[in-house]
Amino acid sequence: MAFLSTRTAEHTRASGWKTVSAALLFALAGAAPALAQGTSTEPAPIPIPSAQPEGVNVHILYVKEKRQKELPLSLLDQPNPDDGIAGAKLGIADNNTTGRFLNQTFHMDVLEGDVDELIKGAEEKVASGDSFVIADMEPASLLKFADALKDKPALIFNAGNADDSVREENCRANVLHTAPTRSMLADALAQYLVWKKWPNWLLVVGPSPNDQLLADAYKRAAKKFGAKIVEERHFKIDTGNRRADGGYEQIQQQIPQFMQGAKDHDVVVVADDDEVFADYFPFRTWIPRPIAGSAGLVPSSWHPALELWGGTQFQNRFKKLSGRIIRPIDYDAWVATRAIGEAATRKQTSDFKTLRDYIRSPEFQVAAFKGVATNFRAWNGQLREPLLVSTPKHLVSVSPQVGFLHQFSVLDTLGLDKPESKCKAYTQ
Amino acid sequence: MPRFSQALSVTVAALLTSSYATSASAYTAYITNEKDNTVSVIDTDKMEVIKTAKVGQRPRGIVMSNDGKWIIICTSDDDDVKIYDAKTLEYVKSLPSGPDPELLTLHPDGKRLYVANEDDNLVTVVDIETSRVITEIPVGVEPEGMGMSPDGKVLVNTSETTNMAHFIDTANHKTFDNVLVDSRPRVAIFNAAQTQLWVSAEIGGTVTVINPADRKIVGKVNFEIPGVEKEAIQPVGIRITKDGKTAFVALGPANRVAVIDTATLKVLKYILVGQRVWQMYFTPDEKLLLTTNGASNDVTVIDVANQKAIKSIKVGRYPWGVVVSPN
Repeated sequence: MAFLSTRTAEHTRASGWKTVSAALLFALAGAAPALAQGTSTEPAPIPIPSAQPEGVNVHILYVKEKRQKELPLSLLDQPNPDDGIAGAKLGIADNNTTGRFLNQTFHMDVLEGDVDELIKGAEEKVASGDSFVIADMEPASLLKFADALKDKPALIFNAGNADDSVREENCRANVLHTAPTRSMLADALAQYLVWKKWPNWLLVVGPSPNDQLLADAYKRAAKKFGAKIVEERHFKIDTGNRRADGGYEQIQQQIPQFMQGAKDHDVVVVADDDEVFADYFPFRTWIPRPIAGSAGLVPSSWHPALELWGGTQFQNRFKKLSGRIIRPIDYDAWVATRAIGEAATRKQTSDFKTLRDYIRSPEFQVAAFKGVATNFRAWNGQLREPLLVSTPKHLVSVSPQVGFLHQFSVLDTLGLDKPESKCKAYTQ
Repeated sequence: MPRFSQALSVTVAALLTSSYATSASAYTAYITNEKDNTVSVIDTDKMEVIKTAKVGQRPRGIVMSNDGKWIIICTSDDDDVKIYDAKTLEYVKSLPSGPDPELLTLHPDGKRLYVANEDDNLVTVVDIETSRVITEIPVGVEPEGMGMSPDGKVLVNTSETTNMAHFIDTANHKTFDNVLVDSRPRVAIFNAAQTQLWVSAEIGGTVTVINPADRKIVGKVNFEIPGVEKEAIQPVGIRITKDGKTAFVALGPANRVAVIDTATLKVLKYILVGQRVWQMYFTPDEKLLLTTNGASNDVTVIDVANQKAIKSIKVGRYPWGVVVSPN
């Protein structure tokens, strides 16, 4: 009888159809259509109830330090007043869409000012129930801010700076970091250049202390992944105001001269942390070589043209909400907001300690349009994530590159790894 | 007696024909090639592409009308759903769908088409005969997977950023329950008996099995493949055999399809297929399972009974969806 459950008669061949009685064949012909309609398995009914889970409200504070900074070179890179804030707002909107099904609401306050104003405002907001703070500040301000909130029920997410020291020797237990570090970004680019077999770099370093930190990250990355800095040049030309009528005539002369007579190299890596001169380098070098680092091929946490892993929907939602294209800091702030939302969704609570401990635990993960789950490194609170390597208009690659290995997570090939970490606050 | 002998001779003819075939009777499979804006048509008997037809932009999710006359495709970059004649591949008409449709499912009534709109956090319900939007159902962020209960009474939609399976009553098109699953749920599918709902979580790396009756999580399927890093195990497509005993789960960049015992939720076997395997479809006789392998531009044919990959068929670039004709 076993063959009765099959769709056609052809399966009976092996069992010797000639011996099958005519009566059975007749029965088969009658049974087959009924079986094909699937009446043998009646689906179990699904009861439909109505229930509402208990309400949860989560309050998030966004603090943005007012800074006096030289304007970046390109018109395309000029700051928007809502850089970062718009990303967090999208995170709030995404959290609330999810929250609708769980009776959870998410709310965000925004404060802007100098660090002392932000501390004062944050203390009040935390006292009235804002338990998560997304911070866009300079490293020194971030430390001051974190120390002021040290014993308060508040967890800070650093979305505003790439400084390694605030994750390392100056790390604070109440701060997580969603912005990638200079060392992570340098490693992401270095892996790609090494994969590309362009191991000989000419390093051009700008005059600011941050440029020096970025150059240090590139030197470290070169050593780590087997590239070689064949020469280091210090770019000290005062570029002046970012624009003047004309301007290109002199730059066209200055950059080739600056690059003349360099040792043979595959690629020029430019360390320009403040984005004030690197964009002068592409197509103006003495010999034709690609530019990477702060211009040309650039590492970042996000790119406005990324469409992988559902990124298109994310880009579209952001554009609809903010009316502009996204910046990496928007993404970093969005990840922070989503991490908070994800924790509240999973734990079904707004209890600060429960959420904080969960976010910092190894079980926590948040999907962030990177193809793999992201979470926080247990030894210094840094977001563990793949990074992008792109030209201004398009993605070139995603690091970690294929072939680089790690004993725990290949994502930890980017940036300072656990054995190298100088952070003590997390292990105490 | 003369009647019976006639029946016998028909059977003999059928058997002779089938003995030429290495597998089952010939069905037609349709593969959407996301990058090429084409559909590859495969003869499942010959196991080769017999036709490639241009369709709309960025074709992804694909289903067939219940009578097998139409193929219905989400043409995501055209922001609509397009219908083509299954035989001639000629364009029939477009359906409104809302922006960026990705996956769709047809109600057993053959009329109501449910489309996930990733951009709008909506499930759009369209009447495929009149081409009118019946209603829109608000769901979580980035709706994707669409699982219709076999009795047609409940639709389950997954939302990728909200990480939920939304249970929708198809009588009033309202959500009546939401179940949290692991990160980035992609596909939801009921077994035939409606006693299990399976939901894959691409980033979570798991498959959650839910009891549809009380929406409680019955268990989770975890995957572990020696030599494959954990992050590469990204479950997407799911198919369950009609007897409900065996499930197949496509594991994305792990380049494998897991075979799972639905009673114990244990993985029995991993079948090596092409690269970044996402969607799958059985032939109606359930002898073959076809997989789309996006990164290697091919379709793997799995022999279901022996749980073995038996053939790889080159198709267009970034094959995404697959459907097999009912006849």
